[in-house]
Amino acid sequence: MLAALVIVFREVLEAGLIVGVVLAASRGVTGRNSAVGLGILAGIAGSVLVALFASRISDAFDGRGQELFIAAILLFAVLMLAWHVVWMAEHAREMTLQLRKLGSDVAAGSQSLFALGAAVAVAVMREGSEVVLFLTGIVMQGKDTGGELLIGSLGGLVLGAAVSLILYFGLAAIPLKRMFSVTGVLVTLLAAGLAASAVQQLSNAGVLNVLDTRLWDTSWILSVSSWPGRILHVLIGYMDQPTGMQLIAYAVTAGSIFGLVYLRRAPVEHARMSRA
Amino acid sequence: MTFLSNHRSVAFLRATVTSLVTAVFALVGAYSLVGSAAATDEMIVEITIKDHKFEPSALKLPAAKHIKLSVKNLDASAEEFESKDLGIEKVIAGNSDAMIRVKPLTAGTYIFYGEYHEDTAKGHIVVE
Repeated sequence: MLAALVIVFREVLEAGLIVGVVLAASRGVTGRNSAVGLGILAGIAGSVLVALFASRISDAFDGRGQELFIAAILLFAVLMLAWHVVWMAEHAREMTLQLRKLGSDVAAGSQSLFALGAAVAVAVMREGSEVVLFLTGIVMQGKDTGGELLIGSLGGLVLGAAVSLILYFGLAAIPLKRMFSVTGVLVTLLAAGLAASAVQQLSNAGVLNVLDTRLWDTSWILSVSSWPGRILHVLIGYMDQPTGMQLIAYAVTAGSIFGLVYLRRAPVEHARMSRA
Repeated sequence: MTFLSNHRSVAFLRATVTSLVTAVFALVGAYSLVGSAAATDEMIVEITIKDHKFEPSALKLPAAKHIKLSVKNLDASAEEFESKDLGIEKVIAGNSDAMIRVKPLTAGTYIFYGEYHEDTAKGHIVVE
């Protein structure tokens, strides 16, 4: 029962942390809850589909299907998160003002809501498919311990969701003036970490064979198998044994998003100042 | 202003998608070059999973060689082949098999396990 709890908790937490950060990062956007809700539902539906076709996906492309599929999912999530961060940076000022003065939300374009929902959907789909496969395994295996394992899994689900909620409320408690810069940085590092994971998948698929030796090993200080290591891995992309290519992917992704945010924030402020 | 920024967002997305697609094509191109050269010195090792145990659970592999692990899951339930040491995480559906590509390794011991049944599915690779 405990094993089931731990496994489901782990997967739910990995998706849940991403959802929590993204939700906090889009505070003050009208329609954010329904975008995230739809994203979660679509992600769960996707999980079932992916689990159903797991072996067919795996066999595709000469046995590279699973790696390529996950890499594609991750890169798509990186794009959506980048888009979202840049959009939020453009609107952070007006949102902070409006939230503070009127307590009202800012209407977002349907496109940025799409980015938000899509990022959530693929995050849920990736981890969710593993939960579905694990659970169907339990159901198929036997009767004697099946019920107990399902209770454990349910416990894992509830716990994972609870920790994600705690993270969300923790982030939401940051004073408004600071919050958007904190969450913007967090989503950016999260996206950079996903890009580094995508590189790992491409390398495992054998399609990216350059700079793929591990540069160092800090698992003796903080292992990614430990809980703090796992959480930092999701939130800021911590790696205990990164390869050169992973570091490059991380730096390029974080650098590009920060660069775009910087470039696009400036003219907005300028326009505002000249108007005032 | 909303219109303007939406318009910009679309342009940004278009640019990123274009560059991503280009990158993927470049990768596939590079792969077809590298792949054909590397294919010759590949070695295939078979592992089966039965009753949530690996067989063999202890492997001895040569260093500095591309190795393919062909993992056959004979159980009805799925398993996730995981190794932090090898940087591998791969789900293998019930009653199916999967190919895992291992990069050339240096001497040492590499632990792997089945994430869904960690108490029984344990194994390691010794590279000499």
